[in-house]
Amino acid sequence: MLSKREAFFKNEPPTAKFDPTTRDKLDHKMDKEKENGHPETSGKAPKELDGYVGFANLPNQVYRKSVKRGFEFTLMVVGQSGLGKSTLINTLFLTDLYSADYPGPSYRIKKTVQVETTQVLLKEGGVQLRLTVVDTPGFGDAVDNSNCWQPVTDYIDSKYEEYLNAESRVNRKTMPDNRVHCCLYFITPSGHGLKPLDVEFMKRLHDKVNIIPMIAKADTMTPDECREFKKTILNEIAQHKIKIYEFPECDDEEENKLQKKLKDRVPFAVVGSNTLVSVGGKTVRARQYPWGIVEVENLEHNDFLALRNMLVRTHLHDLKDVTNNVHYENYRYNKLASVATKGKEKAVGSKELNLETAEDEDSGEKYYSVFFSLHKYGI
Amino acid sequence: MDQPPEARHLKLNGHVGFDSLPDQLVNRSVSQGFCFNILCLGETGIGKSTLMDTLFNTHFDSTPSKHDLPGVKLKSNTYELKESNVRLKLTNVDTVGFGDQINKEDTFKPIVDYINSQFEAYLQEELKIKRSLHSYHDTRIHACLYFIAPTGHSLKALDLVTMKKLDSKVNIIPIIAKADTITKSELQKFKAKLMSELMSNGVQIYQFPTDDETVAELNSSMNAHLPFAVVGSTDEVKVGNKMVKARQYPWGTVQVENENHCDFVKLREMLIRTNMQDMVEQTHSRHYELFRRCRLEQMGFTDSESRSLKETYELKRSEHVATLQKKEEEMRQMFVVRVKEKESELKESEKELHAKFDSLKKQHADEKKKLEEKKKAMDDEYNLFQKRKAATIASQQAAQQAAQAATLSGKGKKK
Repeated sequence: MLSKREAFFKNEPPTAKFDPTTRDKLDHKMDKEKENGHPETSGKAPKELDGYVGFANLPNQVYRKSVKRGFEFTLMVVGQSGLGKSTLINTLFLTDLYSADYPGPSYRIKKTVQVETTQVLLKEGGVQLRLTVVDTPGFGDAVDNSNCWQPVTDYIDSKYEEYLNAESRVNRKTMPDNRVHCCLYFITPSGHGLKPLDVEFMKRLHDKVNIIPMIAKADTMTPDECREFKKTILNEIAQHKIKIYEFPECDDEEENKLQKKLKDRVPFAVVGSNTLVSVGGKTVRARQYPWGIVEVENLEHNDFLALRNMLVRTHLHDLKDVTNNVHYENYRYNKLASVATKGKEKAVGSKELNLETAEDEDSGEKYYSVFFSLHKYGI
Repeated sequence: MDQPPEARHLKLNGHVGFDSLPDQLVNRSVSQGFCFNILCLGETGIGKSTLMDTLFNTHFDSTPSKHDLPGVKLKSNTYELKESNVRLKLTNVDTVGFGDQINKEDTFKPIVDYINSQFEAYLQEELKIKRSLHSYHDTRIHACLYFIAPTGHSLKALDLVTMKKLDSKVNIIPIIAKADTITKSELQKFKAKLMSELMSNGVQIYQFPTDDETVAELNSSMNAHLPFAVVGSTDEVKVGNKMVKARQYPWGTVQVENENHCDFVKLREMLIRTNMQDMVEQTHSRHYELFRRCRLEQMGFTDSESRSLKETYELKRSEHVATLQKKEEEMRQMFVVRVKEKESELKESEKELHAKFDSLKKQHADEKKKLEEKKKAMDDEYNLFQKRKAATIASQQAAQQAAQAATLSGKGKKK
């Protein structure tokens, strides 16, 4: 059990920040603080406190409430069939999301590209997560793939629309957040660069959702080939001005260094596996070949650990924040601004309907100039 | 798109790591900083500023006010506090002049207006097209500490009226101030009386939440001690071998942090250490939503299943634009009509002027003619007169000559 959780249950003042890579560090820090007694501070901020007040307990209160509420996350996986998407999801969440009863997208291809969702409830360490996985069977598999991204953009927009409507109701209840928080885009490991479909898809979706590009089936490339491929991909992404999701900086120096090493592996070249193989006494997930065993959780073999740590253990919540604060706000702005510009010539913002503020100054001025020109009327 | 089937519960075959989600959330909140706004409501001199100083172990700048203020004013001060790595932006709103006036009917109005204006500001930000809610400095009042005077009898009428007006807008925490003037038995009776009065008048004070198992027991036991009887003091007195915050009297020392002496520790525990976050959430999810609902209904928005927000908004907007256009047309019409009126008026007067001018001219000509005639007549008379005069002179001269000639001849005869 994490010592942080123990501290929480004992309702004590908070301790060091969460360290994703090493849990043991946390224990030692906790013990040190226990020895020193309550932290008495005179902060660097303007006001000095002469004793322990107790609002340092606020993070614990937030923690408690969030655990009680539970979390939800929507993950979208896009890529051509046979790239190992279902296997990777199963590996990522260490569960049989896709199984014989619930087949993966490659087994469900229909005539047109569909967007389908699966909802699962996962629980770990007292934390409940409602995970929605959105997949797109049929994406990029037809002979003519023009506009195969359209169902995807439509789906994402419809979820934003749903949220906007729920948020704008007069009687609001707790709004379930079904917006797509992250899109994992699988790139075929050709070794040469991005395909036109990849570029087109990413260009159309980079300002609607957080895109994390991944190289699928990375065990087909040697480390050098992989490095070259990644460089080419990143160049092409920069060339086409595609904005992929950037993992944010961390406040802590040490953590920042650790995370930088993982961040440099973007786009992540991953290998997934549903089978357990015994390697050197341990049973690990791996793919067994005649010439060797590719271990999923070995950073020298592929970037799966980097993906899992960055995606799930460190920045899962940040993805939600970026979706809420950036992508959703963009959508909302575009939606409401387009309504506001209809009939703009005669528009004046009143005090009550203050739904248009940025545009008002201009149209207000226009109105007054028209009025004053009426003076010439009839004289 | 088909509806997603029921969510399945799945077992995990190992440690995935999303149990760090609460930690991620906490990290984000800590780096963003927290925000809390307290409103202190009570009569002048009841100990509001002292209690704030005692609660937060610091000295907030405040000058004690006098009793002669004509109305209630609200002063708000924001302070940045920091404890271990947690930053708190505390806003302390103080009411000055509460309960000092002779006629206290309108006392609650400035307070209600202030609270409403904070909600309004948040609503405006939320309704903007280009908004930045995550970096918005929340000024909504999260807790209202209502200071009750330690009379020992019951609530004052002003207290009841004010609390009734505020209970649906803010989390009210009533506290008995200057509790060192009440004995233990008096206090029990007083607390019971206060709570029964509040209940019978339907005042909804803030109840500490009991739905979370970790704090349910603590909260429910604290709920039974409401309202807290507190003593505030920033002076330190030596008791035993420690310096404690206390008030020293000739008959003894009242220690602030002694649970036997007053409920200060309970208040601090409940307000700051256990339920601060809950109060923020209650303000947002209950009080603010109520305000928003009323305000939107006031503006004319309703939740109709047939129309989405966009359509409602478009409809409202087109209505609004139409009424504005109509108004503009009306104004224009009126303007034109008035201009025409004025023009005709001016034309009328111009005509009049012309007519007058003409008549005057005519009059003038007439008179001139008359004058000339008169002049001519006078000239004629004058000429006549001159002629007559000349004639008279001539005849006089002739007469004289004749007379002279006659005398001459007379003289000649005599000789």
